[in-house]
Amino acid sequence: MIGGIDMKILVCIKQVPDTTEIRIDPVTKTLVREGVPSIMNPDDKGGLELALRFKDKFGAEVTVITMGPPQADLILREAFAMGADRAILLTDRKFAGADTLATSNALAGAARTLKWDLIITGRQAIDGDTAQVGPEMAEHLNIPQISYVAGLEYDGKTFTVKKQTEEGHQLLQFDGKGLLTVLAPAFKSRYMSVGGIVDAYNKEVEVWGADKVDLDESKLGLKGSPTKVVKSFAKELKQPGVIHEVDAEKAVELIVSKLKEKHIII
Amino acid sequence: MNFNLTKTQELFRQMIHEFAEKEVKPLAAEIDEQERFPEETVKKMAKLGIFGIPVPKEYGGAGGDNIMYSIAVEELSRCCATTGVVVSAHTSLCMVPILEFGTEEQKKKYLPKLASGEWIGAFGLTEPNAGTDSSAQQTTAVLDGEEWVLNGNKIFITNAGYAELYLIIAMTDKSQGNRGISAFLVEASTPGFCVGKKELKMGIRGSATAELIFDNCRIPKGNLLGQVGRGFRIAMKTLDGGRIGIAAQALGIAQGALDETVKYTKERKQFGRAIAKFQNTQFQMADMQTKIEAARLLIRSAAFKKDEAIKNDRISYSADSAMAKLYASEVAMEVTTKAVQFHGGYGYTREYPVERMMRDAKITEIYEGTSEVQRMVIAGNLFGKL
Repeated sequence: MIGGIDMKILVCIKQVPDTTEIRIDPVTKTLVREGVPSIMNPDDKGGLELALRFKDKFGAEVTVITMGPPQADLILREAFAMGADRAILLTDRKFAGADTLATSNALAGAARTLKWDLIITGRQAIDGDTAQVGPEMAEHLNIPQISYVAGLEYDGKTFTVKKQTEEGHQLLQFDGKGLLTVLAPAFKSRYMSVGGIVDAYNKEVEVWGADKVDLDESKLGLKGSPTKVVKSFAKELKQPGVIHEVDAEKAVELIVSKLKEKHIII
Repeated sequence: MNFNLTKTQELFRQMIHEFAEKEVKPLAAEIDEQERFPEETVKKMAKLGIFGIPVPKEYGGAGGDNIMYSIAVEELSRCCATTGVVVSAHTSLCMVPILEFGTEEQKKKYLPKLASGEWIGAFGLTEPNAGTDSSAQQTTAVLDGEEWVLNGNKIFITNAGYAELYLIIAMTDKSQGNRGISAFLVEASTPGFCVGKKELKMGIRGSATAELIFDNCRIPKGNLLGQVGRGFRIAMKTLDGGRIGIAAQALGIAQGALDETVKYTKERKQFGRAIAKFQNTQFQMADMQTKIEAARLLIRSAAFKKDEAIKNDRISYSADSAMAKLYASEVAMEVTTKAVQFHGGYGYTREYPVERMMRDAKITEIYEGTSEVQRMVIAGNLFGKL
């Protein structure tokens, strides 16, 4: 039921390396993952904050779910300490190697076995930046979705969503049932409370394997992932540009000759 | 034996570190410059439960331990020593003594207000003529019917004017010396109580330090903390705990200064290379880091022992907290002085935080027992009665 009392919100969160602390190894040109702390993905944390604000105001029940290795338990504890009521960890070798499709399939499969009115995901994760998992989940579950959410108000009857667009924003109304993907800057997340931290490890994180998910195994993990990574490489630094201080006519000539030189125009 | 923090303590460390970086650090220079009590930060800390860390949940606290409390003071002080001492004085010197010595009624009445941060607490022992020699108390408390009547002055009181509750030590029977001293709980709104002159200090300038004046201040009979004549013991036990807080404050200041110096010496170039590449820089900073880590271990060990003492009152952590405070405060003074030196002329300006840190560090060698008093406590424990 929505209307203030029994609203159930499912929040999808992901553990990601803190990309602000990632360095490139100068020799191998690959990411140095060693010693890089893992954090709750910022957009997802914004989504959890939005759900918790609804809990504070209207008494919504907030469940968090993540798919990842056993260490992802940490962000679920953090979610408990922020105020989440229930936490589920999807962890199984069968989930491994998942691209966005297999991930969204697994999360949707888990969501089918749970009760919820609203699903909230972050817009995108800072390690992949695809922004695909949330919208794909809504498609699998055949529910309406609003992406790039920067605000959500509820007046007792209607939910009004502020959706960020490139030009500005749109105000959309919906009945509170569906999926939202959320932008972190719009929802400055709260800190864990001290009391919440003390209780976080006394609560149970439910650990679910592939057998608990309502989905055919062929759609999970590497098997269910059409994305194949052919090659990965570190972006090479470009040469610094050259500044020509010439008048407009000379500049046109110069640009045309440079474009011809690079075979961009003939 | 395990030197690792528990998962809970580690999660807490992450939270308080982030809180200090984002909410406390940006205000540190400003509150120092303006000598302003950080009321906005106090509100934020109250909301998170930082004022009730070691108080059980049944009294409205967070149900944490003294390791977590010491981490909180350390991390806050790493960014702002003023903010650290607000929490330390409140927790160690007012709230925890009520938890340890209060009646059930006092605990139920005061702990939820203090632990939630709705009320800030303070402690009054020092007088113009009674610092280290606390038996020379001139503040008196006389029982008159159902009320205690307090008269006298307390000085250098941390959180004065912002606290709603004061733990006050006063003489109830001068002929008994230390055994004639008792402890009382005085609410700020009590007639006959007022806050006097605010001190202008060298460091921790955002912290409110002022005089308390008792002029026929009448408090209910039930606001006696512990028994009559046990005030000296309560004060000494309270300071045993408080010294863990001040040691953690000193550690935080030292760590903050070291962090700033690492950053600065990597950026600052002289003779064509970063000064971090000079061996003198490296060797001196290796020593600073080693001393900081040693101080941290002493503090965590004392805090661990205090937690053990809650379960077993035969455990004493008095010398442990004195050693932690003595060492950490002297390390803080040494490290911050060297940090300023590494920063050169810039370090002497208020543009860089090490100048403030050096001023803040000095008080940790003085309050809640000077370094000399800590040596007395440690030696007393070492030699016993001579």
